[in-house]
Amino acid sequence: MPSPLLEVAGLSKRFGGFVALDGIDLAVAEGERVGLIGPNGSGKSTLVNCICGTLVNETGTVRFNGETVDRLLTHERTRRGIARSFQLPRPFTTLTVAGNLRVPLLYTVNARPGHALSPTELDARCAELLELVGLADKATHLPRDLTQVEMRKLELARAMAAEPKLLIADESMAGLSHSEVDDIVGLLIRLNERGITIILIEHIMRAVMKFSQRIIVLVSGKKIADGAPDTVIRDSEVERAYIGQ
Amino acid sequence: MRTPVFFLISIAVAAVVFFAARLVSNDYVFFAGYTVLQFVVLATAWNILGGYTGYVNFGSAAFFALGAYATVFLHKLYPLPIPLLIVTGGIVSGVVGFGMGYLTLRLRGAFFAIATLALAVVLQTLVVNWDYVGGSRGAYIIRPNEIALVGPYIQYLFLLMLALTVFALTIARGIERSQLGYGFATIRDDELAAEASGVPTLRLKLIATTLSGALMGMAGAPFPYYIGYLQPSSAFGLEYAVNSIAMPMIGGTTSWVGPLIGAILLGSLQQIATVTISSAVNLLIVGLLLVAFVIIAPNGIVGLVQGWTRGRAK
Amino acid sequence: MGEQVGLSFDLLINALIAGILLGGFYTAVTIGVSISFGILDIVNIAHPAFIILGSYIAYIVNARLGIDPIATSIIMLPAFYLLGAGIYQVYYESFERRGQEALRGLSFFFGLLFVTEVMLILVFGVDYRYVEAPYIGPSWHIGVMDFPLRMLVPCIAALAMFAALELYLSHTFIGRAISAVAQDQLALRLMGVSPIRIKRIAFGISIATTAVAGALLIIIQPVEPSVGREYIGRVFAICVLGGLGSLPGTVIGAMLLGIIESFTATFYGPSWAPAVAFGVLLLTLAFRPAGLLGR
Repeated sequence: MPSPLLEVAGLSKRFGGFVALDGIDLAVAEGERVGLIGPNGSGKSTLVNCICGTLVNETGTVRFNGETVDRLLTHERTRRGIARSFQLPRPFTTLTVAGNLRVPLLYTVNARPGHALSPTELDARCAELLELVGLADKATHLPRDLTQVEMRKLELARAMAAEPKLLIADESMAGLSHSEVDDIVGLLIRLNERGITIILIEHIMRAVMKFSQRIIVLVSGKKIADGAPDTVIRDSEVERAYIGQ
Repeated sequence: MRTPVFFLISIAVAAVVFFAARLVSNDYVFFAGYTVLQFVVLATAWNILGGYTGYVNFGSAAFFALGAYATVFLHKLYPLPIPLLIVTGGIVSGVVGFGMGYLTLRLRGAFFAIATLALAVVLQTLVVNWDYVGGSRGAYIIRPNEIALVGPYIQYLFLLMLALTVFALTIARGIERSQLGYGFATIRDDELAAEASGVPTLRLKLIATTLSGALMGMAGAPFPYYIGYLQPSSAFGLEYAVNSIAMPMIGGTTSWVGPLIGAILLGSLQQIATVTISSAVNLLIVGLLLVAFVIIAPNGIVGLVQGWTRGRAK
Repeated sequence: MGEQVGLSFDLLINALIAGILLGGFYTAVTIGVSISFGILDIVNIAHPAFIILGSYIAYIVNARLGIDPIATSIIMLPAFYLLGAGIYQVYYESFERRGQEALRGLSFFFGLLFVTEVMLILVFGVDYRYVEAPYIGPSWHIGVMDFPLRMLVPCIAALAMFAALELYLSHTFIGRAISAVAQDQLALRLMGVSPIRIKRIAFGISIATTAVAGALLIIIQPVEPSVGREYIGRVFAICVLGGLGSLPGTVIGAMLLGIIESFTATFYGPSWAPAVAFGVLLLTLAFRPAGLLGR
């Protein structure tokens, strides 16, 4: 069996006295669709931050594509193929919507060895991405003109623009309508079919169940379940964690 | 407009300015003009770091003075032509900018800002204690009265500062329109998101700090020749610290035009004010304007104009 | 060099004492920044300007009415508190609420620092000013040890102020809310406490401390408007060294810096003092940014 694309082993993170993550082990195989769920404050975003290098974990290692990435800065990990969207959208406020997408194209895609995109190819790629998430008519607007939902779509598009091997989508669907949720799930599945491994962090259970081949559950910084969706949601500990809050 | 075209047009404008100045029979035009141009360079340099990347430098005086004192130091060894001194001033200040950036840019912007403030005080202490460059007594630089091809020496200095201004503005504008400028803007807007998008933020910040420091040093290098007698209190003077921040903030920090407008406006106003009122009151007004603009018109004059034209278009 | 050994021990012990006394004073200077920067995350680089303002007020009252500077500063506490609260309100409305603290907030405080210094120059000129008090001049002598009263009194006053603040922060409701506001604004809101109000109170206290610090400063040394700028490096060096957000850390950082500066001044000359603070700051930032006791 080929080694997993992403391996996290014994990862812990504290903030002062507060233990945010306690010895997390997980693995994601190439091409998988994994759902990551858990109550608010369980450490999901902290885990993402540690995987991406935005935060430095105290113990444990992160291996991506066979390489230990612990010593790499965030932008180096992005260039190696890990992209993420932020739970609270963080757009570049002085750049246009299209401009926001140019950044990962210029600094990640063009920074990788091989054919760099020409200016026309860049523009075409921007337009394509905007079309995919339904923001084509907002291309020249500034992020402050967007609705919350549109900003989340921009977040997702910006992560996609980095042409990742592994895409971590952090609560991209909050506030979306029923059909919009289906649209995004469909989009993510299509991306997955193109070969992108995806970790979906979501509270909308319908989307998680529809999308995931496997679900990982985080509660209070510990992994309490990891398996097929039907098995996991019937797990008594998982039920307790969700009903208990 | 592509950068080489801008460069040529700027040179043409500069030439017009120079020859127009020569038509005025009073050399004061050159003295005052030199100071205003010096501020244009300082404001533009500050803005490359402060306006484009969002990292505030409070120690502009330090980088400026480094250029000036590099000149004094070298002058004692062997009098070099000023263009060469400008280059060495740039190198010295650029290296210090790089060093300081390397030590403090990995931390928050606030620490970098504080470090620049402390740097100015420390460098002044070092210079005051260093007799070779005159210490607290100051250093004299005898400048010739005339120079071949140009005429009065002050006109030569003015011409050099014009050239430096063209250089600085071209660089600033060039960066703004380049991929580097995009990277700088992302650092200013959201550094975490920039890193996540693949922007090597530390490397870019170091480029900005080094470039900014170098340009300030270049502006400072001819200063001893301009002023004739260099004292630490004038090289590290208050007016450099506040003006290099006030001029871009009041002019507008998001484009190369802002520092230019801010420097010309404030610089000229100050030249008039220093003659009519005291220089301390003049500085007070600059400080008050800075506070007022920062609160009321954060995007400066450029921002006000943009808002006004956008309002008219509707 | 043999006969100088006895002399050096004298020098050494007195440099140490001077350093400790200086460190005590530095605590007063820095404690306000521990609150504004360490707890509230506001980079108030104008803090030294308010200290100098406090010094000048102590000077005028002392020169015209002969009142003791420390007494003056205590009377001025409410005024400085209100000044701080007012400034925070402007800062909050203009910058914090809009998320613009980084560039604009810093420029705002720099502008305040600058304007204060220039106004003091306009009103008082650049001559050094000093105060007169019965404890400026005499020293206590215990064996070879010298305790100049003009340093001992400020040191004691500073440590008293520190103790008072520490008690306030740990034992009163508002004090504890202030300590908490850095970490959990949501919890405060849930308890019905407005985080903005808490921050305003905290910043007001931070500026109030400058009234006292200013009085202590002018007891220790003569003051002129640009003296404030020397203290910016010191203040933040101590904060970083001691660990942001830790008030006891501030005392330790202040003592350390005081001792290092004192030894440098004794053996290398006093004009190198500002360089010491900067060196300490850079080294700490480079190697241990969390400070000695930081969170």
